[in-house]
Amino acid sequence: MIYWDYAAAAPPYDEVARTVEQLMRLHYANPSSLHRAGAEAAALIERAREVCAAALGVIPGEIRFTSGATESNNLAIKGAALQYTNRGRHIITTELEHPSVYESCLQLQSMGWEVTFVRPDEDGVVKPEEVAAAVRRDTVLVSVMHVNNEIGSVQPLAEIGRAVKAVNPRTLFHVDGVQGFGKLPGGPRDFGADLYSLSPHKIRGPRGVGLLYVKEGTQLFPLLSGGSHEGGLRAGTENLPAIVAGAKAVRMAAERRGEFVSRILPLRNRLLAFLRNIPEFSLNSSEEGAPHIVHFSYPGMKGEVMARQLEQLGMLVSTRSACSSKLAEPSRVLLAIGRDEHAALGGIRISFGDEHTPADVAALEQALLGAVKALKIAEGGMR
Amino acid sequence: MKPTNPAQMAGRSTEYADMLLLRFGEFTLKGKNRSRFENTMLRHVKGMVKPYPKARLIKEFGRIYVELNGEPAGELLEALAKVFGISSISPVKAVKPELEEIVEASLRFIEKVDPEPGTTFKVNARRVWKDFPYGSQEMNHLVSAPVLKTFQALSVDVRKPMLELRVEVREHQAYIFCESIPAVGGYPLGTNGKAMLLLSGGIDSPVAAWSSMRRGLEVECVHFFSYPYTSREARQKVIDLARVLSRYSGRIRLHLVPFTEVQTSFAGIGQDNLIVTLMRRAMLRIATQLAEREGALAIVTGDSLGQVASQTLPSMNVIGRATDLPLLRPLVMMDKSEIVEIAQQIGTYDLSILPYEDCCTLFLPKSPTTNPNLKIIEKVESLLPGYGERLAEAVAAAVTMEVTPHGNERPADEADLISSVKEDWF
Repeated sequence: MIYWDYAAAAPPYDEVARTVEQLMRLHYANPSSLHRAGAEAAALIERAREVCAAALGVIPGEIRFTSGATESNNLAIKGAALQYTNRGRHIITTELEHPSVYESCLQLQSMGWEVTFVRPDEDGVVKPEEVAAAVRRDTVLVSVMHVNNEIGSVQPLAEIGRAVKAVNPRTLFHVDGVQGFGKLPGGPRDFGADLYSLSPHKIRGPRGVGLLYVKEGTQLFPLLSGGSHEGGLRAGTENLPAIVAGAKAVRMAAERRGEFVSRILPLRNRLLAFLRNIPEFSLNSSEEGAPHIVHFSYPGMKGEVMARQLEQLGMLVSTRSACSSKLAEPSRVLLAIGRDEHAALGGIRISFGDEHTPADVAALEQALLGAVKALKIAEGGMR
Repeated sequence: MKPTNPAQMAGRSTEYADMLLLRFGEFTLKGKNRSRFENTMLRHVKGMVKPYPKARLIKEFGRIYVELNGEPAGELLEALAKVFGISSISPVKAVKPELEEIVEASLRFIEKVDPEPGTTFKVNARRVWKDFPYGSQEMNHLVSAPVLKTFQALSVDVRKPMLELRVEVREHQAYIFCESIPAVGGYPLGTNGKAMLLLSGGIDSPVAAWSSMRRGLEVECVHFFSYPYTSREARQKVIDLARVLSRYSGRIRLHLVPFTEVQTSFAGIGQDNLIVTLMRRAMLRIATQLAEREGALAIVTGDSLGQVASQTLPSMNVIGRATDLPLLRPLVMMDKSEIVEIAQQIGTYDLSILPYEDCCTLFLPKSPTTNPNLKIIEKVESLLPGYGERLAEAVAAAVTMEVTPHGNERPADEADLISSVKEDWF
């Protein structure tokens, strides 16, 4: 079996798993405890904060640990909205966002907030001027993802950040950096972001931990109350092993980014070229997209059927983001970039990790040919 | 002495600006030392624009230009308005020194500023480059005529206009600006020597530090802590306060003095009402020794007249005599509400109100004296066994740390805690 679902969850590095184990055994004390063991645990969290801050090019005090990117996104969006109701009740996001952003906005909408969903072009890219045109005096927050988790399109974040602030400097800019970090250059400062979410388990760290960069001076309404953890922003006993090991993964992803891209980009390009030559497939990813995601459709056939067929041939792929793959509806993202319902139902996502080799891609190519052939025969038989 | 909030004051012209013009404060009145002040100033400005790599500095006599080259004007304006010694900042539009360009840019500039109806206006042109074909007077008319024609909301007032559009024609560029946003003013940091400041975790002393720095005084902070009676968090809070202060100075030195021994020695003498006076005098003595060691020539405190028992005039008299150094009390005549307002604006307030016990509230008597007697105090001190040695021990045990705006520094005695951290975990 070859695993092609790194964008959903990447297998942890051995050293990450070791860190988790050692910390679970050695530093079980509650970081909030007054005694020395507690102080040691607290010191470890502070060190983890420094490591993450250095990798993101920000200040340690601007890093907040959460339980994952879903919480980071929820905290960024609802936390900003609830904090700054005095500025207005308008939010801007895109049709492309991850459900944790998209549905947070829908929730606010149901509470009386106005939400503008900016549409991407057919490559899945939103135009900075269209985002800026939607910004108003009462726009509290703009949330745009770095790399789309389904099709891998990349948003021009620095331009968007600049354009938003030029219209309303008080509007906060949130970036969901989950699929971009470690793959593409740029951090919160480069994008002019006030808020930036990350998830270590997408970069071979542990799950159960997330990061939210909160630019100094930005206030958020805490979603979890009950203690002064994380600067009063998120109550709850810190997940120390995951926080420290997550910091390690963040550091490693930042350090290895160049190497990762130079290894993976040729593999992705090779797969893209291969897919272009199969008439049954239509590509949903472009050369300009992120280096680790390839998405295509087999119109007329449900993506999950294709995925199961590929699994029988030894390839573990996903249909789109894992967070929505069990839904029977067509992909919201594919519809937003103008694909028809057929194509939007039949999507397959291949996501690369740093362990993939050219031989793996060759095997995948053979499996894809085999799957098409098998499905053709089956379709013929059913007719 | 209020800090300004340029974010609120800056008009929309910042979007249009390609330069910021920084003007200097009162030190420009100085004669021979002026270049020393200006160079210090330039160094501080350089430090502030460092996170904006495309910005370029041009120093001229009496001013500094910051060429933005695409860096955000609003953010830089906010950062630079905090630099001590800068009195005001103007967002500037730079164009080719040609009449049509200047007029066109002036129109767009006013459009961005979006003046309200009834705004009075004048153009103030200056021809620095004498080969430019129109004189300054002529330029005033050539620019104001089309502006007035386009913006009916404006009327002319050449004496006290609400809006003054200034045009400076130079050989390579013409500068257009109309807003002058007040900045913090004062003297470049460090140009007026160095002092030791008693930093508690309260609201006042950080404001005293900021006020001192604004007068060009370099400040080193002294904090007294009484572990285990006070917590690690209380000490960390002071480190965090010093970090906020370091935003204005680039870095700040903080001396953490263990005060438990000194403080508990007062508890046994059976004169509870004198403890506060004794304690404050001990603090000044220790700070004085540190000042001598570090080459500081004054001691700064956050005292404000009448605020608490140790800040009555008789108390200040008795306490102040514990040191020979000048005692500077920048807040002495200020109301609490004014101090709070500054604390909020400089960003120390939220930290200051965190509820940790500090050494000043520890062993606090029910009724501390507001009118201590110097002779009695001196007598009590002379009877304390080993008092001088204890003070010297506290000085020797002080932990000095350097705090920076973006760092995460910890005092050395916490190093053994950190030693449990294995670097290969990260």
